[in-house]
Amino acid sequence: MADVNRGNRPLSPHLTIYRLPITAITSILVRITGNALLISAALVVWWLLAAATSESYFDLANAVITSFLGDLVMLLSLLGLWYHTLGGIRHLIWDQIIALENVPAEKMSWAMLIGSVVLTALTVVLV
Amino acid sequence: MVEFALPKNSRVRTGKTWPKPEGATNVRAFRIYRWNPDDGKNPSVDTYFLDMDKCGPMVLDALIKIKNEIDPTLTFRRSCREGICGSCAMNIDGINTLACIYGLDEVKGDVKIYPLPHMPVVKDLIPDLTHFYAQHASIMPWLETKTNRPAKEWKQSIEDRKKLDGLYECVMCASCSTSCPSYWWNGDRYLGPAALLHAYRWIIDSRDEATGERLDELEDPFKLYRCHTIMNCTKTCPKGLNPAKAIAEIKKMMVERVV
Repeated sequence: MADVNRGNRPLSPHLTIYRLPITAITSILVRITGNALLISAALVVWWLLAAATSESYFDLANAVITSFLGDLVMLLSLLGLWYHTLGGIRHLIWDQIIALENVPAEKMSWAMLIGSVVLTALTVVLV
Repeated sequence: MVEFALPKNSRVRTGKTWPKPEGATNVRAFRIYRWNPDDGKNPSVDTYFLDMDKCGPMVLDALIKIKNEIDPTLTFRRSCREGICGSCAMNIDGINTLACIYGLDEVKGDVKIYPLPHMPVVKDLIPDLTHFYAQHASIMPWLETKTNRPAKEWKQSIEDRKKLDGLYECVMCASCSTSCPSYWWNGDRYLGPAALLHAYRWIIDSRDEATGERLDELEDPFKLYRCHTIMNCTKTCPKGLNPAKAIAEIKKMMVERVV
């Protein structure tokens, strides 16, 4: 790499000054939900492990997961799961070189945001 | 590497506020990033005021007016003033564009002007584009041929020529690459949207005979695949081109040649 820092050159501002478009916000949310879901998955595994260990341990794990806080975490995980799934579908569509223009990409971004909320509500109501 | 905070020497101070023009009724504030390599201070944002009744319509008109009438030390690149040279690319009102073809009426409120994001600053609004140009050179931006040179010229059908539309118009202003978060965090190894759009321009050229080698060069976890289709590039391109699509086309070719 060329020496681009002669004379202690400053780095120009980036994240703090850039007006991120909706496609960028939905993109970073895909990564955030993906990482957050790892924690949710670990919680579910812990719950299953507890079930395989002993009845008293399962009662404890079950109480934690079905508590108000546990319900909240699981509800948000559900939202994250739907959102992340829609993000994956968006990538599959983009990989076919479909909707890779500004306007359709922005529409898909809004569809992900609204769609994940609607699907979460439907899941809660139906399941 | 992802580093959200600016290094210590890059944090921006509040700068000087210059006096308002006298007797003007239609005044607008311009908040402009300044950095002087000679005074040893951190960068700052200076505030200038212009009489909009006596200013041209474009952001570049305002910058030139400030330089001519208020502060001759304000430093920026400009040349053609019609969006074809790519010199005056900068961050205006939170997006990267060319100052010469961006209208002041497109900006709401104060006009905030910064250099292209996440670049080493030479002075004020001038970023160092050395690495950016080196990346462009690395994709071999020329026609590579193996067959004997034809007597007259390398011919191309009208349909094949059409494939270059939307690619050859790029003026290498660096707006797209410096709008890309992947380029911010991994710009040392990720080629960025501009260089990749140029790479595709030669990959898809029917006369070029090094398509395989070009794709081999890009088969790398960083050079090509740091693109996560964030779409900032396409959104910000002042020429209305679509680097995100060009990159997706390359990724598709990568898959197609192995399946």
